[in-house]
Amino acid sequence: MSAITAGETARLNASYGEVLGVHRRQFLWPVGLVVAVIAYLVYAFFAFDVPDLIAKSRLDRGVLLGLDSVAYKVHVEKNLRRDLVEVAVEGERTATYDEADLPDWVQVSGPNANEGRIDIDMGGGYRFVIEGEVLTVTGPGLQRPFVVTAGGETLSWEGDTPSWIELNPKKVDVKPSLFQRAQVTSGRILVFRYFWGWEDFWFDFRSPLHDVSAGALWSLAWSDERLDPEMSNAALIFHEFWTNEGWQHGDVFKALLETVIMAFLGTVVAAFVALPLAFMAAANVNPDPVSRFFIRRFFDFVRGVDMLIWSLIFIRSFGLGPLTGVMAIALTDTGTLGKLFSEAIENIDNKQVEGMQSTGAGALTRYRFGVIPQILPVFISQSLYYLESNTRSATVIGALGAGGIGLKLVETLRTGKDWENTAYIIVLTLIVVIGMDMTSGWLRRKLTGVGRD
Amino acid sequence: MAMTTVDQLQAHASSLEKRRRLYTVLGAVVFAFLVVMGFIGAEEMNSGGFVQGLSKFFDYPSNIVAETHNAGLGWFERLWVYLPALFETINMAAVATIFGTVFAVCLSFASTRGLGVWPPIIPVARRIMDITRAFPELILALFLIFMLGSSPVPAIIAVAFHTAGALGKLFSEVNENIDRGPLEGMTAAGASWSKRMRWAVLPQVLPNYTSYMLLRFEINIRASAILGFVGAGGIGTELRKAISWANGADIAALFVLLFLTIMVIDQISGHVRRRLVGGMFVGAR
Repeated sequence: MSAITAGETARLNASYGEVLGVHRRQFLWPVGLVVAVIAYLVYAFFAFDVPDLIAKSRLDRGVLLGLDSVAYKVHVEKNLRRDLVEVAVEGERTATYDEADLPDWVQVSGPNANEGRIDIDMGGGYRFVIEGEVLTVTGPGLQRPFVVTAGGETLSWEGDTPSWIELNPKKVDVKPSLFQRAQVTSGRILVFRYFWGWEDFWFDFRSPLHDVSAGALWSLAWSDERLDPEMSNAALIFHEFWTNEGWQHGDVFKALLETVIMAFLGTVVAAFVALPLAFMAAANVNPDPVSRFFIRRFFDFVRGVDMLIWSLIFIRSFGLGPLTGVMAIALTDTGTLGKLFSEAIENIDNKQVEGMQSTGAGALTRYRFGVIPQILPVFISQSLYYLESNTRSATVIGALGAGGIGLKLVETLRTGKDWENTAYIIVLTLIVVIGMDMTSGWLRRKLTGVGRD
Repeated sequence: MAMTTVDQLQAHASSLEKRRRLYTVLGAVVFAFLVVMGFIGAEEMNSGGFVQGLSKFFDYPSNIVAETHNAGLGWFERLWVYLPALFETINMAAVATIFGTVFAVCLSFASTRGLGVWPPIIPVARRIMDITRAFPELILALFLIFMLGSSPVPAIIAVAFHTAGALGKLFSEVNENIDRGPLEGMTAAGASWSKRMRWAVLPQVLPNYTSYMLLRFEINIRASAILGFVGAGGIGTELRKAISWANGADIAALFVLLFLTIMVIDQISGHVRRRLVGGMFVGAR
């Protein structure tokens, strides 16, 4: 390929100026568009006060939240005011270890935990020792142990103080890594150790089945000796799992079911209400322009008001629950699907209807065999498409109060404590949404024979 | 092939027909069963029943209308008062749509065969789109609000994230359906990759891209309004306040503003889309 010389360019410009000019002008408007978009984004950057947002953002919260959703912590807490020692999962009263049965990384020597010495193996070579009102930290990076004394008006300390120890007269924070932490205030010494995984996911801390291995569980399910005389072992295992207090598997499942019901019933009702209305709104079926106009405006109205607003109105009259969601989805989608179906009816090939008419068929037979087969692919594929998108919508209107998994999610977020529960619900929601997407796609391909992956 | 008589063929055809009918009937029965069970279940789980709910259905709207009527002409001032909030919601949707579209274009090019991208990246881009599309905006927004504080930005990020996946899928379908002639012509002339994309692909896909983008903008306005409910600002936050204070006139003003905006944008984008792609888009909503 040879380059064009300057002289050649000049000659071309002179003889084909008109064509090349158009070409150059065509170049200009995309550049202008890009400049306009960038200018708008700069305006938005300041209108939304992004600098302030960045300054105030709590990215550490994000890290903690990420960690907390895949790991759990065990608290060792010594309350100096009440002389009380507690070892508990997530610091929850319902998951407190017996003093006789502490985890093996917590060693107590002396008469009891309150008066004696608590030696905590934090992993990674770190050792936190609580004795009286004193916390002693030893481990990598510390030539001399760090010793902090609580109890007085202010805290006092001695020894090495690397950068991961935050010192403050009111509060000392020791954080060798994300997985090890101690907080000392004048009233208490609190040690957290993090572990990977979701604690007590299968059974409650207090459940008789807690800490039973999968193999033992399997043989238990088949054995005749009942742990609980009320029910068989298999039923007990299921019952203990289902009623797990921390994870609420039963409630979460019920909420998911509510969401799916909302999406499914809402879409079904919308599709079957929209179909006859669409016939009435189609010019080639209904010759009366006045009724057509009103039906079309009805479609626009219910569609335009938005699902959110409908759900707020329905909550007032139907109360909390899936029925509210069903009604909101059904009403909004009657508008959307009605519009789509009526357009499809207007676009049909009229020959089939004429053919039916020539055989002397009545109106209903004409629609059944002349129109319905032609709009069936649109009917099925659009209904299925909306089924999938309504599953997502159902989580959203659920969160605003209609119930279901959305509400459950907002509840766990509000407490802001058990992020692993939030993560669990998010994972389940994603599975359901993706599952609905795949099912509706599969059905669409099966029923209409169109569409590839 | 074995010899077949007409009778055999007929018997075969009628048995196929019978089987088809059986499947249809079975399908309809299962479907009806699901619907009925769903309704019974929904009715049980709901705190209020269907029948008494219907009788109360018009109470709330008529309450709002009555309070709006009582407010008199001063009500129109409220429309004005809430205009900045509406403007903020529209801005949120616009910024989210711009960013989402940019990501969607990148993802769609990366997920289409035959456009000269590195092949191993295609399935990766497709899975990314599946996940971003499935992720409900609300969850991401709540998570980001927790991290970044109450502000429109978390909502923008959440909406843009979802938009990238949803538009990316539509865009990649557009990419797949282009006429390959111009692309081959450009390749034959020795054009570089960027020149091929600019002159052979972009002119073909741009009208459809714009059309889908406008459609998405409309959807994103609703989404941004909804996210305002969980603290992202804009008209949704105002609506939440008005509802929790049970202030009928304000609620009506906000409903009207939201409704009018959605109607106007719907009309404009519908008009532009029809001009861009003609009658190709029946049922793209």
